[in-house]
Amino acid sequence: MSDYKPTRRDFLKGMGTLAAASALPVSLVEVAFADASDNFRFAHISDAHLQQISGTNFVRNWDRGLTRAVAEVNLLNPKPDFVVFGGDLAQLGKKAELDHGAEMLAKLNYKVYPVMGEHDYYLDLGEYWSKLYGPQWHSFSHKGVHFVVLNSILTTDEWTFHRWPSAGHRMSEMAQLDNPNGSPFMVGEKQRAWLAQDLAKVDKATPIVVLSHSPLQKIYKAWNFWTDDAEEVQALLQPFQKVTVIYGHVHQIEYNQIGNISFQSVMATAWPWPYPQTYAQAQQYLPKLTVPMNRADPFFERDATGWEFVDVATGRVAVNYNLYSNTNRVVAFDASAGHPVDKVYQDPAKQIPPQTQY
Amino acid sequence: MNAPTRIAFATMLLAMGDASAMDTAGANQLGLPPLVVPADNPQTPEKIALGKKLFEDKRFSTTGKVACANCHEADKAFTDRLKVSEGINKLTGTRNAPTVINAAYMKTMFWDGRSPSLEDQAQHPFVNPVEMGLKNHDPILKIVRSDPDYVKAFQQVFGKTGDAVTMKEVTQAIASFERTIISGDSPFDRYWLKGEVNALTAAQKRGFDLFVNKGRCVSCHVVEQTNALFTDNRFHNIGVGINDIQKDVPTIAGEFLKAKATLSEVDVKVLGDKRTSELGRFAVTREFDDMGSFKTPTLRNVAITAPYMHDGSLKTLKDVVVHYNNGGITKKGGHVNDFLSGGIRPLELTDHEVDDLVAFLESLTSPQYAKLAKATPAKASH
Repeated sequence: MSDYKPTRRDFLKGMGTLAAASALPVSLVEVAFADASDNFRFAHISDAHLQQISGTNFVRNWDRGLTRAVAEVNLLNPKPDFVVFGGDLAQLGKKAELDHGAEMLAKLNYKVYPVMGEHDYYLDLGEYWSKLYGPQWHSFSHKGVHFVVLNSILTTDEWTFHRWPSAGHRMSEMAQLDNPNGSPFMVGEKQRAWLAQDLAKVDKATPIVVLSHSPLQKIYKAWNFWTDDAEEVQALLQPFQKVTVIYGHVHQIEYNQIGNISFQSVMATAWPWPYPQTYAQAQQYLPKLTVPMNRADPFFERDATGWEFVDVATGRVAVNYNLYSNTNRVVAFDASAGHPVDKVYQDPAKQIPPQTQY
Repeated sequence: MNAPTRIAFATMLLAMGDASAMDTAGANQLGLPPLVVPADNPQTPEKIALGKKLFEDKRFSTTGKVACANCHEADKAFTDRLKVSEGINKLTGTRNAPTVINAAYMKTMFWDGRSPSLEDQAQHPFVNPVEMGLKNHDPILKIVRSDPDYVKAFQQVFGKTGDAVTMKEVTQAIASFERTIISGDSPFDRYWLKGEVNALTAAQKRGFDLFVNKGRCVSCHVVEQTNALFTDNRFHNIGVGINDIQKDVPTIAGEFLKAKATLSEVDVKVLGDKRTSELGRFAVTREFDDMGSFKTPTLRNVAITAPYMHDGSLKTLKDVVVHYNNGGITKKGGHVNDFLSGGIRPLELTDHEVDDLVAFLESLTSPQYAKLAKATPAKASH
């Protein structure tokens, strides 16, 4: 362009966030794997809440969310090794909803590891889901990382089997927030015994990634941001040097560190939730949340929803949040801090003040 | 605009010999906010006149037949009324020429926002193979450094001659001219901002209510309490263009994600290949959120700038409203593209409501362009 140096270059600098995100945190992570090719990426989509209105008529908004996430994950470069679906594919556990979801997930170009959510479970207690996807808890190895998939949304036998007049009634009780008729989630004794046995075979230096729907930590009971036997599950995981729990259910970004266990949540494709403290009206000691969820713009139905790709380097996790109408974020384990860190917003000076809600 | 600039602007208007530029350049037109002029490119009458001359000069193309004004023709509301624009040798690009009217208020230029300013934008069509076709800007500089009229004008405006005259000065002058092509004062402005209740017809008033409420238009085509630019300066996938290339998206997008094109390369690629064009702003940012999205255009004078959308694919305003009413698909029952903006959903407007919305859009024409409205096919469609 002869001697005119355009200002476009400066313009570009402020834009290449995707490039920056995909080149991200390798340098921030301790080098434990001798072979860098053991680093890998997977994608995580969660909480689609596909809801049947009648026949082939489903709630359009929730359909759009999952459709878009699937299409975008198929464009990822570098490509993910596999995709995790974090639970709540359906809204009321119906066969039609699970089938509809399975059809949409089938468009992914990758192997999918689904996780059970309470909205998938409490109509037929996971029967049809299991027909589609197999065992509700299991483990697998991938490039030196031991992955564990749990069904963490179980609850007491009394609540599950003996309290409700119908399966539909049971489902609708569990689908509500702030419901005194609800019941806290748990992994349960049987599954914990299986987990202990499964982990017994694993070297303590092997990185562990646990995929669950509920948090496996106790955040807010009334919304079941909660797993009642979280301490027992954590105790089984603590002996391992590098453990990450990735959970859905909360429809917002959370991260926390308890001992050796890093906790990171993922977004929903359906709708965002405000943090429970919105309702608490008093100081609460909740896991670190550096950017309180602004109220989503109700016009843009995808606002404050999203999906993630997860870079696993040397067994540590960097969750890259793809957020619509918002700046993408990366929360990655920081070896020097010893816990997950938001790559942009950790510094208080860079945090976005929350909107005032009236 | 600060006070001294505003005065300079008004003085400039008086000094301008050209009547059409004069009556479009009012700094206090109803409905328009103050115009922000870059500090390093203040408006002067001489600079504006030079910009106009450059804008209309056909020598800045390989064939000597294409000027900026070919596709942004004053008598056609600074568009070309074509589906997509024609450059040298009747070569066509992929995008509909956006009007220059009120482009001065846009925060980014081009349908995909790949240029940050009028100054930056002006350099690109000269060297795009399907527009003016020059290999580089040297032929332009040769002319402006040697043509006696230009030599005199650049000396007068910038105090520069010979090699000191560069594309910076050329594009600054063109941008200054474009900043005079602003217009408000529409019947809607008189209704909304001056309370002239009779400025709109009953259908137009119903249409405005639909525009703000049931039609959801105002969420992107913004109307404020004191002015209205009818744009949010953002980018949205509204289901135009990308609907036709959905199966190709992974391949075309994949190429962009692998080889990171410079913006100049993007300029050539998106105008040279329709399928690539449909990636929209994604080609610029490589953000998934921008897939198939294009800039929200202003709606001022929209009744006289048919055809519509970035690809000129919709012939009438009614076609446009029906497209939105269908939830981002032109033909009801078609496949909604996977990347559709979360703001687009079926509106369930009745046929009458569609007509009322179109009537409202026809109230946004500025008086100096009203005579064009009568000649526009869009008007005849309902």
